[in-house]
Amino acid sequence: MTWFTFLVDNLLCRCLGISITVWFTLLFFCTIVPAVLGVSFGMRRLYMATLLKIFEWATLRMEMGAKEKNQELYKPYSSDIIAKEPSSSLLQEFQELRGSASCLSSEPEFELADIFYFCRRGMETIVDDDVTKRFSAQELQNWNLLTRSNNNFRHISLRLTVLWGLGVLIRYGVLLPLRVTLAVTGISLLLVLTFLVAFLPNRELRSYLSEKVHLMCYRICVRALTAIITYHNRENKPQNGGICVANHTTPIDVIILANDGCYSLVGQVHGGLMGMIQRAMVRSSPHIWFERSEVKDRHLVAKRLGDHVADKTKQPILIFPEGTCINNTSVMMFKKGSFEIGCTVYPVAIKYDPRFGDAFWNSSKFGMVNYLLRMMSSWAIVCSVWYLPPMNREEGEDAVQFANRVKAAIAAQGGLVDLIWDGGLKRAKVKDAFKEEQQKLYSKVLVGEMDQNQSDDKHSQDDNPEDANNRN
Amino acid sequence: MGSRASTLLREEEIEEIKKETGFSHSQITRLYSRFTSLDKGENGTLSREDFQRIPELAINPLGDRIINAFFPEGEDQVNFRGFMRTLAHFRPIEDNEKNKNATTSEPLNSRTNKLLFAFRLYDLDRDDKISRDELLQVLRMMVGVNISDEQLGSIADRTIQEADTNGDNSISFNEFIKVLEKVDVEQKMSIRFLH
Repeated sequence: MTWFTFLVDNLLCRCLGISITVWFTLLFFCTIVPAVLGVSFGMRRLYMATLLKIFEWATLRMEMGAKEKNQELYKPYSSDIIAKEPSSSLLQEFQELRGSASCLSSEPEFELADIFYFCRRGMETIVDDDVTKRFSAQELQNWNLLTRSNNNFRHISLRLTVLWGLGVLIRYGVLLPLRVTLAVTGISLLLVLTFLVAFLPNRELRSYLSEKVHLMCYRICVRALTAIITYHNRENKPQNGGICVANHTTPIDVIILANDGCYSLVGQVHGGLMGMIQRAMVRSSPHIWFERSEVKDRHLVAKRLGDHVADKTKQPILIFPEGTCINNTSVMMFKKGSFEIGCTVYPVAIKYDPRFGDAFWNSSKFGMVNYLLRMMSSWAIVCSVWYLPPMNREEGEDAVQFANRVKAAIAAQGGLVDLIWDGGLKRAKVKDAFKEEQQKLYSKVLVGEMDQNQSDDKHSQDDNPEDANNRN
Repeated sequence: MGSRASTLLREEEIEEIKKETGFSHSQITRLYSRFTSLDKGENGTLSREDFQRIPELAINPLGDRIINAFFPEGEDQVNFRGFMRTLAHFRPIEDNEKNKNATTSEPLNSRTNKLLFAFRLYDLDRDDKISRDELLQVLRMMVGVNISDEQLGSIADRTIQEADTNGDNSISFNEFIKVLEKVDVEQKMSIRFLH
């Protein structure tokens, strides 16, 4: 009998050996070589189209299942919960209540019914508010075979469960190991090659080669995530001596942008693997890494950024002015620090397609490793990048107004909602100044115009501290 | 995966809430999804901190009073039933109440119940009377530091004078109803819920 088991063993080993060789050859030729050369075979787009067809089918099955049970399918996008009044200001609403004469009267007019206004507004925000829903993943119209995004799981039939099971097998058994291998290859190549390039004496050769090395490694990383990126308006790509600003959804934004051009990154010095990568990168190209203590010093930050920008041979700086990750349905307040430096700003809008895998990093829910695992086990990351025409600060415009102008442009291009709220509200409480504004407005209704010590249009942004850009 | 089981709202519960509050099936599921998204602790109840995390509510001068309305006397957590019961006050009043059930209790969104909700916002110690002190405190919440104590005091006095009919220097619920009889409470205290 032993010869039999020996034969089987031998056969098994040979099969395993062959399949691994085939695997790696495929890997090498289909992904790494095109990445190095910067060529694409279009396979990822085919993959994307196939997936979309499957998702539509899956949603159809769920709808049929729901109809059988005579219930409604939970469709988050079909309507809002409530119909909000077009936002009229506090003054306008009370004016309607009182009639137009009241504003001029000297006798303070208070009605017990005044409370209704605040009560109703408060209740409306409890049911549906603009801010908290930006800090959790977007809800989907169709189901994309990921349990993480499914609220209708009561309606799943047997066929659908089988398909889902197959999906899990493919994602975790095939795609995940493939992607992890690619990611490891990409990062090790980055470390090794930047180390080597740093030894070259000739500065021009060094910067040329380092550019090529960076681009190549980012291309490998993009394939490691199966990111399908469409770049629009590449003629507006950021130039040396400028700052590139973009909306922030995930740390992967960096890879997506750096895939198409070289940027200098700004951030805090980390320890561990991240720190190693940071040190490797800085050896061959000028990135700006701050020590934790230096981050709070606004002048130091501004000076270093300013110096970098003044040197026209250095690459454009990449900054995310929101300061934290937002879920890609809106753009929140831009911190004014990067807009005070006084150089050309190149806005970039990034919009992810959530059907293939939600790219948003909910840092209060998942750590970095967990997040990367989720990314690598989604179907794909599909996004569009728009390069907007460069903007400069105009005469008589201060940094805050400039920041808002840029933000509006990015929001308009990406189809995102433009909010004035601070992304820092993810963690911090809202400032009391806003409540005091409301109280002041109501007092005006009661007693008419009073002597104002401060102007009404005080930019509340002046109070917001310049927190570290990397506090995600 | 994981804590999904807790997000399941059972059919019987939905039916009970439907009877009690008058919301439709899809509205209840939609509001349940909102409830769970506010529930950061994922334990099926909301605390005051969960409400205060909503920035637009935090800047509302009466935010704390509104949050308080959700919590019954002495309790610190509100479950989904309680949440829906409070929200039900703000349903618009329809002409044909489809959910008129056997019991003749008034629906939660009747004009009287809406007025009672507003009355309780003023009535800080829940003794069914709005005293001068309570009125002053609520007024102070609404105007902040922008009006002097004397002015505020005279506003409060005038309001109580106009409303008080039995001379006890405070406003009872019936006096409250009388003062507001001409106000379109139905429209002002209703939120347009979509299906």
